Amino acid sequence: MAKSITHEFVKGLWEEVPPFRLVLGLCPVLGVTTKMQFGIGMGLATTFVLVCANILVSVLRKVIPAKVRIACFIVIIATFVTLVELLMQAFAYPLFLQLGIFIPLIVVNCVVLGRAEAFASKNGLLPSIADGLGIGIGFTISLAALGALREILGAGTLTLWEGIELVNLVNIFPGFQPFQFMIQAPGAFVCLGLMLCFMNLAGSK
Amino acid sequence: MGEMIKMFVVLTILSSLSGGVLAYVKENTQGRIEDAVLQLVKGPAIKAIFQDAANDPVADRFNLEDGDRKLDIFVAKIDGKQMIAFETFGKGYGGDIGLVVGVNVAEDNIFGVGVTTHSETAGLGSKAKDDPSFAAQFAGADIKAPVKVTADGGSINALSGATITSRAVTSAATEAGEVYERLRPQIIEELKSFN
Repeated sequence: MAKSITHEFVKGLWEEVPPFRLVLGLCPVLGVTTKMQFGIGMGLATTFVLVCANILVSVLRKVIPAKVRIACFIVIIATFVTLVELLMQAFAYPLFLQLGIFIPLIVVNCVVLGRAEAFASKNGLLPSIADGLGIGIGFTISLAALGALREILGAGTLTLWEGIELVNLVNIFPGFQPFQFMIQAPGAFVCLGLMLCFMNLAGSK
Repeated sequence: MGEMIKMFVVLTILSSLSGGVLAYVKENTQGRIEDAVLQLVKGPAIKAIFQDAANDPVADRFNLEDGDRKLDIFVAKIDGKQMIAFETFGKGYGGDIGLVVGVNVAEDNIFGVGVTTHSETAGLGSKAKDDPSFAAQFAGADIKAPVKVTADGGSINALSGATITSRAVTSAATEAGEVYERLRPQIIEELKSFN
């Protein structure tokens, strides 16, 4: 474990950013990014689960028997996901309505299980926290970027949070016609493909 | 053998801890969640239907058993007449669509409707909630007759590009009529205490 904690954190932001580099956890990536705010909300919820699960898995890594480790990881992850679901319902209900089924589905998001299995179960507490935070924030930024691209093209707006609209093209250019294809499912694939393409181009230099 | 016991013990302890924590959190958030649902989901739709109500229709409510479902019924008073509203669901394009149906009890017709929850396509099916002229078509319809879109021989103009959504809303309104008919005697009994 010669690599520094900073490295574990930073790698999640570019080198191993989940949707684009690992191409993992695409279900919520494609499903919730119709608006930037949903991408941010989903990203933050996933980050919370990721960090908490990493902490527990790392602390318990010597206690958990190897043969039932996956079952233990799932119990830990599912607990935090249910926690997020309840808290989000209680304190951010409109967001919960929009994210809907994708919140409970964080349980089966392979990014979370993947980090528990591949990283936290083999590393100490601090690197695991750094890893969870880095991957989580990378995931949040990716979702927000994809959401922003789709929202601005598909609806002409850019929503940072419930009720906080940064840009509204319809107001700026009265003749603006939103490209609705972008906020429907096929638009998600097209945008994701384009972003992957640009990231590969930028990374290949 | 030792390993077997360890696996058993670790999994059992983890699961019980998880259950305990979740039960505690659920216990403590339940009230807030119910409030949030009433205020943010049904609340706006109910207030939009009963804009001129003399009371607070979200606060004045009672509940009735309908089969195995507990139904919240909201009471509004407009010009001295009692209205009720409750929520029913229809199967939409992206999942269930919740519809609050306001009923004028004295005249047995629909006073107004409003979509609460939906997961329809933004810009198309979502107009069922965002475009007030769609919901306005339901006002005055006979609560006892099925509500249908024009393509099915009814009087509701479907949203263009969102026929499935429109049908889901009409079927929710029709279901509301059936529920209302089933529960009418009980509703009238309960309403006396709100006079």
